[in-house]
Amino acid sequence: MKSILKRRGRLVLVAAVVAVLATVSGLSVKGASAAKRSNVTLTIDVFGDFGYHDLYKQYMASHPGITIKEDTEDYAPHHTALAQHLATGAGADDIEAIEVGFIANYTTQSRYFVDLRKYGASKLKTRYPNWKWQQAVAHNKTVIGLGTDVGSLGICYRKDLLKKAGLPTTPAKLGKMWSTWSDFLAVGKRYQKHAPAGTKFIDSGSNLFNAMIAQATPGYYSKSGKVIVKSNAKVKAAWNLTMKAIKLHEDKGLVAFAADWNAGFKNGTFATVTCPAWMMGYIQGQAPAASGKWNIADVPGGGGNWGGSFLTVTKQSEHAKEAAALVKFLTSPKSETYVFKHTGNLPSEIPVLKSKAVQKFRNPYFSNAPVGKIFANSALKLKPQPLGPHQGDFQTASTNAIQRVEQHSQSPAAAWQQFLKDVASASG
Amino acid sequence: MNAVSGTGSPGEVVVAPRARRKLLRRLDAKLSPYLFISPFFLVFGVFGLFPLGYTAYISLTDRNLLAPVSHFIGLHNYALLIHDSYFWRAVENTFGIWFLSTVPQLLLALVIAHVLNTKLRARTFFRMAILLPQVTSLVAVALIFTQLFAHDYGFINYALGSVGIHHVYWEAGRLSSWFALSVMVMWRWTGFNALIYLAAMQAIPEELYEAAAVDGARRFRQFIHVTVPMLRPTILFTVIIATIGGLQLFTEAYLFQSRTSGGTGGSNRQYQTIVMYLYEKFLGSTQFKFGYAAAIAWCLVLFIALFGIVNYFFVSRIRSAEG
Repeated sequence: MKSILKRRGRLVLVAAVVAVLATVSGLSVKGASAAKRSNVTLTIDVFGDFGYHDLYKQYMASHPGITIKEDTEDYAPHHTALAQHLATGAGADDIEAIEVGFIANYTTQSRYFVDLRKYGASKLKTRYPNWKWQQAVAHNKTVIGLGTDVGSLGICYRKDLLKKAGLPTTPAKLGKMWSTWSDFLAVGKRYQKHAPAGTKFIDSGSNLFNAMIAQATPGYYSKSGKVIVKSNAKVKAAWNLTMKAIKLHEDKGLVAFAADWNAGFKNGTFATVTCPAWMMGYIQGQAPAASGKWNIADVPGGGGNWGGSFLTVTKQSEHAKEAAALVKFLTSPKSETYVFKHTGNLPSEIPVLKSKAVQKFRNPYFSNAPVGKIFANSALKLKPQPLGPHQGDFQTASTNAIQRVEQHSQSPAAAWQQFLKDVASASG
Repeated sequence: MNAVSGTGSPGEVVVAPRARRKLLRRLDAKLSPYLFISPFFLVFGVFGLFPLGYTAYISLTDRNLLAPVSHFIGLHNYALLIHDSYFWRAVENTFGIWFLSTVPQLLLALVIAHVLNTKLRARTFFRMAILLPQVTSLVAVALIFTQLFAHDYGFINYALGSVGIHHVYWEAGRLSSWFALSVMVMWRWTGFNALIYLAAMQAIPEELYEAAAVDGARRFRQFIHVTVPMLRPTILFTVIIATIGGLQLFTEAYLFQSRTSGGTGGSNRQYQTIVMYLYEKFLGSTQFKFGYAAAIAWCLVLFIALFGIVNYFFVSRIRSAEG
């Protein structure tokens, strides 16, 4: 038996040697063919629709030898896969899009990314609002990404529903009526008095809450990066106001992005929804037939940011130089203007926000509202909010907490306590 | 050296191949059987045993996807898990949904199999038809049922409303969400189980029924006293399969929730299953707690093993009672 084992051992050894040889020869073949390559294929990984397709065509036409391939996924799977690809050291594209909710996760992991300062990014700094620029800067000053869009806030509302409830319907009048969030609730109270049957003023408590959090400076994190959810009076104030909206029956209590919420846009079951710039595209997609019934007014409480992304070049890229050049092209003022006009994602660069092309832009779906002006001005008014790595988890926890109250499974006090508990466990 | 080997006796040259052939034959006899069965063990080792062992190892560390280093922390993850109320809630949910889906499912499958076993018209058509849910994509099933169970515009609430019953907020309640998920599971698996029962029923000797008929047993009594007892081993098999599947329930529940709830299985975690909680800790949030998720995975293994043992004793008792 022993001798058999020994022989078997030798057999295994031979097999192993053969396998290794085969792999090595395979590798050398691969290496040889790689050296012959003259064309560069750049891969870019985004989520949802960044509106880049025509821009790729332009770029490939003006840069012969460069081929661009886009991968796209949903928001959540995209960021999950990104974390995996970076950690395992394989599978990441040359260019990876990162949303603001995740960017703080990666500024602390800057070793995975190419420092864009190497490719002249520092010169672009003055184009951006300082806060947008800083969001993609690591503690060691590495610039891991360039900003694409920002999600500045407005209020999208149904003209027809407000009219039936006897309220004004022009953006100017409404904007004045709800200059603060408590004014907003007061308008809601008036709405509910004569509301069309089955409709509510607000779609979802969590959308209201998230908008207020987006405006808070600071929000969930302090400037030094500490979690201050419990001690920040602004967070508690936003919570209390949301609870008040629920108590006053102004809140439809829908779950954002769920089937009933989507159907609500079509059937008009709520009169207002807090609108980051990218929400425009979503509403049009859900209710194409409601064109002309929606309009947009200024958001209570001044500007605010909800969403927006960055393009990064990963260290896994073999063509960092070419990739960085493409990132610069895609985030150029011209490209950002193009994307805004065709997809609705709001530019992040100051000169673009102030440009005529954006300021004069009106959207026919939203009753020809001057959406360019509304969103651009909201973006320019923005004050920077410090972000942290678990921002996204806190948002999930608060959304769940508000829904527990909306669905009557918890009292506001108990829901708040559990929210704090979830925050502690997410950041621990 | 050359000269020596060159002048070596020619006999040696003849002996060497013979010895080698003998050796090869011996190797063939002793080694070949192992080689023939080795593919299974290799595959099992690589895709079964290694992941199991590696997961066990990870569960003893504080491994995090985004952290460059991890430390051995012993049973700390398990200690945390025992005091984690969300974990136990997920365990309750999983067993609740399992019970709600398995018991009616198997009873229904028995009845369907019994009906299909009679001389029915277009029998083959029905036998094929009950298997249709099996070939439907799981994701499609989950998405469509989620629409059906929607609160404002779901078909089920519409139907309830038309007979004067208030809309049910299926997703928000604990029992109601369990019910909705159980319906999805049942829809998909009842036909499969019915077909297995049908196959087993056809193996029951006709004489038993004839004898029962002679003793004056009607169809229903025949079913209770002949068919069901004869099906016991098959029923056990389906129970075990349903248990393993039920404890691993993920897709239906994951797609039942809204995109924003981050894998928590409802705002109050009312239908978060064990695997969903594992996923939340593993990749579903920004925490990437691999160590903790691995500990959850191992608890799941223990639960399934425990269930297997309970099932085993249960059945051996039935057998001895019979004997």
